[in-house]
Amino acid sequence: MIRSHVLICGGTGCTSSGSPALKTALEKELAAKGLTEEIKIVMTGCFGLCALGPVMIVYPDGTFYSMVTPEDIPEIVEEHLLKGRPVERLEYHEQAAEDHHVVNSLSETMFYKKQKRVALRNCGVINPEDINEYIATDGYQALAKALTEMTPDEVIQTVLDSGLRGRGGGGFPTGLKWKFACANRGQVKKYVACNADEGDPGAFMDRSILEGDPHAVIEAMALAAYAIGADEGYVYVRAEYPIAIHRLQIAIDQAKEMGLLGENIFGTGFNFDLKIRFGAGAFVCGEETALMTSIEGNRGEPRPRPPFPAVKGLFGQPTILNNVETYANIPQIILNGAKWFADMGTEKSKGTKVFALGGKITNTGLVEVPMGTTLREIIEEIGGGIPNGKKFKAAQTGGPSGGCIPAHLIDTPIDYDNLLAIGSMMGSGGLIVMDEDTCMVDIARFFLEFTVDESCGKCTPCRVGTRRLLEILNKIIEGKGEMEDLDRMEELCNYIKSASLCGLGQTAPNPVISTLRYFKDEYIAHIVDKTCPAGVCKSLLKFTIDADKCIGCGLCAKNCPADAIARTTYIAPGHKLASFAIDSSKCVKCGACLDSCKKIKAISKK
Amino acid sequence: MKAMSIAELTALRDKMKDRVAMREGSGQIRVVVGMATCGIAAGARPVLSAFVEKVGEAGLGDRVIVSQTGCIGICQYEPVVEIFEDGKEKVTYVKMDAAKAAEVVEKHLKGGVVVDAYTIGQNK
Repeated sequence: MIRSHVLICGGTGCTSSGSPALKTALEKELAAKGLTEEIKIVMTGCFGLCALGPVMIVYPDGTFYSMVTPEDIPEIVEEHLLKGRPVERLEYHEQAAEDHHVVNSLSETMFYKKQKRVALRNCGVINPEDINEYIATDGYQALAKALTEMTPDEVIQTVLDSGLRGRGGGGFPTGLKWKFACANRGQVKKYVACNADEGDPGAFMDRSILEGDPHAVIEAMALAAYAIGADEGYVYVRAEYPIAIHRLQIAIDQAKEMGLLGENIFGTGFNFDLKIRFGAGAFVCGEETALMTSIEGNRGEPRPRPPFPAVKGLFGQPTILNNVETYANIPQIILNGAKWFADMGTEKSKGTKVFALGGKITNTGLVEVPMGTTLREIIEEIGGGIPNGKKFKAAQTGGPSGGCIPAHLIDTPIDYDNLLAIGSMMGSGGLIVMDEDTCMVDIARFFLEFTVDESCGKCTPCRVGTRRLLEILNKIIEGKGEMEDLDRMEELCNYIKSASLCGLGQTAPNPVISTLRYFKDEYIAHIVDKTCPAGVCKSLLKFTIDADKCIGCGLCAKNCPADAIARTTYIAPGHKLASFAIDSSKCVKCGACLDSCKKIKAISKK
Repeated sequence: MKAMSIAELTALRDKMKDRVAMREGSGQIRVVVGMATCGIAAGARPVLSAFVEKVGEAGLGDRVIVSQTGCIGICQYEPVVEIFEDGKEKVTYVKMDAAKAAEVVEKHLKGGVVVDAYTIGQNK
């Protein structure tokens, strides 16, 4: 009889910080202590607190251990699993602070308290490689319900009424998309497809869902196929997600074996088959027409719309394409009803949204909150604030297609429409937090460099326009900008936005537009004052040694890779040795001298 | 490949439910066995095992969680078992063994009647 479950995170984050080794160590230790029959090890998907990985949870008490090493395992087994005394030093700090006689439930911690897990409900709870655990949490019940109690039109109506909008970035009503593709059921070959080509730098919610709850996506795709009258589906997932692919394939195989995929599902005559297609990691293949072109075996390039995929999609047939997170909501909507879902969120954005928190934030990881949660709640409460006492400057949502939200808008409730109104966008849900040490011009350049690299080159505004835009930005960052450049950039941004063929080009200028809107003063500082206020842009930085503070130890000169530091003849009053000075013509601005002078602090960068 | 029926799916779900119920932390009743050195020395291990086993057998897995704790502070009464239930006063059983544990599962956890004979009040 099993009395305790030890859940170890097997998401990509914790896998790379060593969770497979924990599992091996734990298996060995449990065997040595004769506890194999009593304690079960479960590898799960992502818990969300990736920054603290590898993480594990011990049930039934729900103790959350973070940053565990194989060396900690004997202590956990001896103290906690045998004697029932949680190992305090490894406990998540918020839990550890509480009185130990009442073990603080994980769901009560700041990180989880404000979260509402719908798409992530099984991530970090079930073993994604065991279909039985998905079935135990009402898995495939939604499909059973739809196939026996609902007509395809009722399924579509339920999704429509729920108000679910596409979670991949566009925010298009999912039910409407399905409705467009539902004509001529049974007479026309149709496809359903899943966009798992998550490409935004810093976004990993789709990967985590596929890794943690792959059956939810499979079940939802079967529901979509039933709704529009399709019998074949494709999941397009990037080959850079090996764990997600591995688990999805296991899930598909298990579902087929049980007859939950394939022919005559539940004996209702409904057939559905699902295949995986690997993407090579091109950002443009997340755009729907390019994605389908790639599935067909051609070079991933977009084409003009209309015709929309609902009319003419994969292999020229009507197709619906939804994002992983969108699909993950569907079984819950069918099971709990449209109203249950529509009761969460704001007027026009229903349900929840998963965000990948990254950048200058304490709790880097994955969070799911109801639409309408403010940025302040996400950053300060769930995210644990900004480390090292730094000040919040801005957050970037929507990755390279989105924009920044400046500090004065931190209380904006986050939903599709509010984000658009302030010049950003939901995007797939990447949320990168920036503090006072971040240069907004440099950020704009970072994202633009990404889109320049990822532009497929098919249309001129995107291929040439983004490159010219990047050149102007580089010029400003190198201190060679002029005020007219700002107008030129704005004009160019508008051309690229309005004339590009697909979403990649149409949104590529967003990071520039939004930083120009909220941080124009930083651009002006770079152009007019030739300084970088955040101290990031190297060309505008100057390292200097305060001759009166310098004690002449020479550590900086020793560490300088460019031999740019030499002793002068000046001996400051009260000092024994002559001070050093930096030759700025030789200086490569690496900052090594600054690090070597941490004690005396005689070196500054400005 | 065999096609699964809906009845089979539901039966499988009900069978598997216990397997994940523990992770929801939603047990309304918490059975806590004192497992400090004194408790273990006095024989808390078989008590813990008996609780786990009997709770499973009685099909109470979705309502009851069995866990351990450290020293409760009354070493002379070990093995000590505390039962917490929302809205009710804590019940403390003392000088437990596997047979008594089975009785507590049957009468208290399943039947809702506290087994007074083993509580600390009677043993003082």
